[in-house]
Amino acid sequence: MKNNILEINNLKVFPNNNSRLKLVKNISLSLKKGKTTCIVGESGSGKSLTALSVMQLLSSQLSMSGNIIFENINLLNLTKEEIRKRRGKDIAMIFQEPMTSLNPVLTIGYQIEEAVGVHENLIKTELNERVKELLNIVGISTDRINSYPDELSGGQRQRVMIAMAISCSPKLLIADEPTTALDVTVQAQILNLLNDLKLKFQMTMLFITHDFGVVDDIADDVAVMYQGEIVEQGRVLNVLKNPKHPYTKALLGCVPDSQGKKDLKPIDYSALKRAMG
Amino acid sequence: MEILLEAKNLSKEYVKTTGFFSRTRTSIKALDNISVNIKKGITLAVVGESGSGKSTLAKSLIRLIELDKGSITFKNRNMRTINGDELKGTRKNIQMIFQDPYASLNPRMKIIKIMEEPLQIHGIGNSATQYTKILSMIKRVGLVEGDLSKYPHQFSGGQRQRIGIARALILEPELVICDEPVSALDVSVQAQIIQLLKSLQKEFGLTYLFITHDLRIVRHIANEVIVMKEGKLIEQGKTDIIFRNPKTKYTKELLASIPGNLSKRK
Repeated sequence: MKNNILEINNLKVFPNNNSRLKLVKNISLSLKKGKTTCIVGESGSGKSLTALSVMQLLSSQLSMSGNIIFENINLLNLTKEEIRKRRGKDIAMIFQEPMTSLNPVLTIGYQIEEAVGVHENLIKTELNERVKELLNIVGISTDRINSYPDELSGGQRQRVMIAMAISCSPKLLIADEPTTALDVTVQAQILNLLNDLKLKFQMTMLFITHDFGVVDDIADDVAVMYQGEIVEQGRVLNVLKNPKHPYTKALLGCVPDSQGKKDLKPIDYSALKRAMG
Repeated sequence: MEILLEAKNLSKEYVKTTGFFSRTRTSIKALDNISVNIKKGITLAVVGESGSGKSTLAKSLIRLIELDKGSITFKNRNMRTINGDELKGTRKNIQMIFQDPYASLNPRMKIIKIMEEPLQIHGIGNSATQYTKILSMIKRVGLVEGDLSKYPHQFSGGQRQRIGIARALILEPELVICDEPVSALDVSVQAQIIQLLKSLQKEFGLTYLFITHDLRIVRHIANEVIVMKEGKLIEQGKTDIIFRNPKTKYTKELLASIPGNLSKRK
């Protein structure tokens, strides 16, 4: 427990009107302080719902049960106001689509300032200084401070999102497929940036992706999700080199490797069902 | 090896006007003097970042975009001068598979209509022979007869891409241009679609021009590859050779940014 910053115990997510349908089935996961944990899975496996439950940003149509313990406090017992104070300050999140998560009619400087201003009591000039400092950290020139999101490239927009997320030095950063919409070269830059920031600010990262190549690059620990369950978890080297669960093996089989040597094997779901009993 | 399509010195410039009365003109070279030969029966991959001109190249080959300069010869026909029926006949031989399976199927048409349309436009067969043709094609891409009476929204992303492939192949083209056909799909579905494309190529003797920004896929599917950057052709050659021994700095950079290659980047 000492080394774990976040512990998810028996988390279940289900629609309000049908509590028997479990979208996330009883998962438990703990994040070690200062490490990057990846959740990997196909679409519909429940990886984003898991991330959203930690932030308590689930749609009002969905309910959850279980325990989410962040620094010895059960987030599920907090009031809305207490959660709101932690969200963005202690726990921050980056989303997949940098275009849709930024407001198109406000400058990026204003939007970063807003993120800082919510949690910290600073005067105007201090705020401005802080925004410039953040832009420097994520590698955007400070004369772009009055640019609008549509004047920036996809990679730059994602950098703005990262600046907003780290603006209050969060202890935990949740990144939900932050590079899926980006080009390979830009993806590599963003992954390097996130890795550097993690080390610099000693953040813990929960990283969601469907690409094992990205997992290989960035993760310390990995959890593989399938149909709302974690089917395998462990150190990244162990899981990638020596997958135990048939689903992990199948999913690894359909990822093109960086050498391009192996044959791609699409997942045979009926064989998988038999193998899983 | 027989050359199916020969493109020489293609250039295309996009002019952007801004300012008061649009008096400030800036131009972007989307294609800068590009020459490409596509050999029959192979897969030629075009790689590059967004904005490198890969899609402009693909669209200009079937004259969806008019070029500023250059010549395109497809089966001894000059693609840039033919018009009317001859252009239509040639386009039947070059079909396209698009990136976004959600946006490239008309949501108000049933699958049977989507599949019939190209056959009707090109006047192939009567309704009975058309139906048997459509049925065998839709089965070949892994769907069933019952799917023909459904609408696009009733299918998953992977299934929609299968429909897109079936629609492209129903006209029995020789050259298929695939514009990032798997980049909107999940890894597991991506593997299925790539396997399908490979087996269809074997069966029908197709030639692919495969546009992608994921170099891992290139290695799996392409015999030859061209690398583009800012409208220019940076490097071309056999896939194995380029991967093993990239000549230019930019290609090396691209190869190093493949996920799973972090150690090489540092």
